[in-house]
Amino acid sequence: MAVAVGRPSNEELRNLSLSGHVGFDSLPDQLVNKSTSQGFCFNILCVGETGIGKSTLMDTLFNTKFESDPATHNEPGVRLKARSYELQESNVRLKLTIVDTVGFGDQINKDDSYKPIVEYIDAQFEAYLQEELKIKRSLFNYHDTRIHACLYFIAPTGHSLKSLDLVTMKKLDSKVNIIPIIAKADTIAKNELHKFKSKIMSELVSNGVQIYQFPTDEETVAEINATMSVHLPFAVVGSTEEVKIGNKMAKARQYPWGVVQVENENHCDFVKLREMLIRVNMEDLREQTHSRHYELYRRCKLEEMGFKDTDPDSKPFSLQETYEAKRNEFLGELQKKEEEMRQMFVMRVKEKEAELKEAEKELHEKFDLLKRTHQEEKKKVEDKKKELEEEVNNFQKKKAAAQLLQSQAQQSGAQQTKKDKDKKKHE
Amino acid sequence: MRTQWSPSAAPVTPLSPLHPDDRHPCALGPMDPLRRSPSPCTSRPPSPRTPPCEMLGHVGIEAVLEQLKIKAMKMGFEFNIMVVGQSGLGKSTMVNTLFKSKMWKSTLPGLGVPMPQTLQLQSVTHIIEENSVKLKLTVTDTPGFGDQINNDKCWDPILGYINGQYERYLQEEILITRQRHIPDTRVHCCVYFVPPTGHCLRPLDIEFLQRLCRTVNVVPVIARADSLTIEEREAFRRRIQHDLRAHCIEVYPQKCFDEDISDRILNSKIRDRIPFAVVGADQEHLVNGRCVLGRKTKWGIIEVENMAHCEFPLLRDLLIRSHLQDLKDITHNVHYENYRVFRLNQSHALPRGPGWVNLAPAPADLTATPGPWKVRWQAHDSSDEEC
Repeated sequence: MAVAVGRPSNEELRNLSLSGHVGFDSLPDQLVNKSTSQGFCFNILCVGETGIGKSTLMDTLFNTKFESDPATHNEPGVRLKARSYELQESNVRLKLTIVDTVGFGDQINKDDSYKPIVEYIDAQFEAYLQEELKIKRSLFNYHDTRIHACLYFIAPTGHSLKSLDLVTMKKLDSKVNIIPIIAKADTIAKNELHKFKSKIMSELVSNGVQIYQFPTDEETVAEINATMSVHLPFAVVGSTEEVKIGNKMAKARQYPWGVVQVENENHCDFVKLREMLIRVNMEDLREQTHSRHYELYRRCKLEEMGFKDTDPDSKPFSLQETYEAKRNEFLGELQKKEEEMRQMFVMRVKEKEAELKEAEKELHEKFDLLKRTHQEEKKKVEDKKKELEEEVNNFQKKKAAAQLLQSQAQQSGAQQTKKDKDKKKHE
Repeated sequence: MRTQWSPSAAPVTPLSPLHPDDRHPCALGPMDPLRRSPSPCTSRPPSPRTPPCEMLGHVGIEAVLEQLKIKAMKMGFEFNIMVVGQSGLGKSTMVNTLFKSKMWKSTLPGLGVPMPQTLQLQSVTHIIEENSVKLKLTVTDTPGFGDQINNDKCWDPILGYINGQYERYLQEEILITRQRHIPDTRVHCCVYFVPPTGHCLRPLDIEFLQRLCRTVNVVPVIARADSLTIEEREAFRRRIQHDLRAHCIEVYPQKCFDEDISDRILNSKIRDRIPFAVVGADQEHLVNGRCVLGRKTKWGIIEVENMAHCEFPLLRDLLIRSHLQDLKDITHNVHYENYRVFRLNQSHALPRGPGWVNLAPAPADLTATPGPWKVRWQAHDSSDEEC
C-alpha cells in the first residue's frame, strides 16, 4: 500500500487565528506542575583555599546549617567532598549537592591541584553519558550530578589573581559555568575593591578565561542581568550569626570597629550573588550545563572513541565500518590475550608437574633407603637373637652339666660318708 | 501531579507566572530520593536518603519555577496529534472544533472528492498562539483508513509513520553533534474514531487498537454520537470498555503510569468515561441568545460544548487543558524509549562497546512493534497491572 505523507516545509507554517478560547495556555502550568512533582537538582562546586569561607557562604546562601567540620591544612592532595541535601520551599523540592575542594592550595607543589577537580567534573559527565547511552535507560528518574555552577573563591589580597587561580580557571572554563567571587570581602576597603575587581576582570579577559555570562537575550531578565554583570566578581561576606541592628536581627559580622551586614548592598555583594545564582539564573545555569558543557564533553568523548557522523565521503553509515574495524581490533586483541594466557597456563602446569615429579622421585629414594635400613637392622637383630639363643643353650648345657656333677659329687660324698661310717663301725 | 480535572468548561486557573522547560526532560533534573545510584564512579555524591534540611528563612528557590516558565514560553511548545477513523466520521470537523480554527477544510461526503484508493496520511502544521503561549500543532489525518473492501493490514502505514517519526528523533539523538533542540515530530496522541453502531467494537477496531496502543497513546472516541440516545451511549460505552479489557488494550490514560494516588483517582474518573461520545461542529448557531457551536437539525440544535448533549468538553479538557504535557511525557519516556530499546537491540550482532552501540540501518519494514511495554516508571513496578 502506498503511503504518501504530505508534509509542509517550515516556511509554509502559518499562524492560525483562533476563534475562541481553546485552553492550551495552561501548558506552562502543566509543565511546571510536572517539574514540581519531580523536583529539581542543583549542584554547586566550591573551589577555593582552605579557610576562605566556602562552607560559611553556602550556609548563608541557603539559610541553613549544613553540618560540616572545617578541614585541616595538612591534606596531602586535593580531594573533593560532596554532600547532598534536600531543601523545600513552599512546593518546590530542591536536591542540592555541594561539592567542596578539600585541601586546595595547601600543598607546597600545586602543579596538580586542578586535576582532581577536572576529573570529578568529567566523572559526572561520564556517568550521565553512560546512562544516556544505555539501551534500557531511565533518564527521567536520573539523579543529575553534573555540576551546574562553580563558585571560584578568590583570596582578598587586593592585588591580582594568583597564578594558581588562573591556571585552575583556565582548565575549568570549558567544563563548567564559573562564577568568580571575592571571598572575605570585608577585609578590603571600598576603593581598593574597585581596583581589585577591574584588575581581576582584565586578567581574566587577557588570559582568555570564559566565565559564565548572565543571559541577556530574554527581556524579562536581560536588564537585571546586565546591571549585575557590571559588579562581577561579586565581593561577598558570609555569616550565619545574627546581630541586632536597629530593632531587627540580621546576619552580620561584628567587629570592634563596626558591624558588617551581609544583606546590606552597600557592605557587600552577597544579595547580588544570591539573586544571580538562585533567583534569576538557576534554570539557565542548568540549561547551559546540559546543552553546552555536557554536549561538548559528549562530542569529544565520542570522537575520541573513533566515531564520526560522516566520513570524508559524507556517507552517514560509515559508523558501521568504523565499528567493524574496531570490533575486529578488539577481537584480535582478545584472542592474543587469550593465547598468551593459555600459554602461560600450560607453562605453569608443566613447571608444577616437573616439581612434583622431582618430589616424587625424592620420596621414592627416601623410601628405598628406609627400607634398606630397616632390613639391615632386622638382620642385625636376628643375628643377635641367634647369638643369644646359643648362649642360652650353652648356659643350659653348662647348668645341666654342673648339676650333674653336683649330684654326682653329692652322691659320691654320700657314699663316702657312708663308707666312712661303715669303716668307723668296723673299727 | 495533575491539575484539577472537572468536566466543566472552566479553564485551569494559572498559578503565579511560571516558566517550564519544554526540551529534554533530563534537563529538569528529576529526583527520586529512593533511587540507588548504580554508577561505579567512586567520586559521585551519595544520592539516596539525603537529609532534609530546615531552611531558616526565605531563599528564593521557588523562583526557579518562574525561570522555567519563561524559558518554555520563549521556546514554544509542540504537539502532534493523529486522527484515525473511517471517512465520514467527522475527524476533520472534530479537529477544527478542538482547536477552534479551520485546520482542515472539512470534506463533505459525496461532493466530488474521490475516495482515496490507498491509505494516505496527510499532515498539516500550524502555529497557534494564546495568551503568549505558542503552540506548534501538527495534525495528521488518515483518509482511506478502513474504507477498502479488504482492510487487511490497513494499520501498517500508520504504524510505519509513527515508527518513522521515532526513527527520525532517534537519528537526531545519536548524532555526535546534536542540535540544541531536537524537533519533535513524534505522534503524541492518536484519536481513534469508533463508528456509532451501538453494538460493540468491530474486529477492525480491535485489531487496530491492539497494535497501536503499544506504540502510541490512543484515545478512542465514539464519533457522531448524536445518532445515539443517552442510554444507548452508556450501553455502548460499557460494551466497548468490556471489549477493551477483554483484549488487554490499554488506552490512554494507562493505568500502569499513574504516579500517585491523586493521579489514580483523577485518571480513574477519566477511564470510567472513555470512550467519550463526541459530536463535532464548526458552525455557530444562535441558541437562547448565545452563539454556540453546534449542529442544527430539524429536531433541535446539538450544542457541542454542552455536557448534557455530548462529551466533547471532556475530550477537549483531557487532550488540551490537563493532560497535554502528560501525553508528551509518556510518548517521550515510554513509547520512544521502547522503540529505542527495540532498535538498539536489533544491532545486537555488533558487540556493545563501553556503552555506545551503532544502529543497524533502519529496517525497511518499520511496522514491527516492539512488544509489550518493557519500560515502566521506576517506582511502579509493583503496581497492579491488568495485563
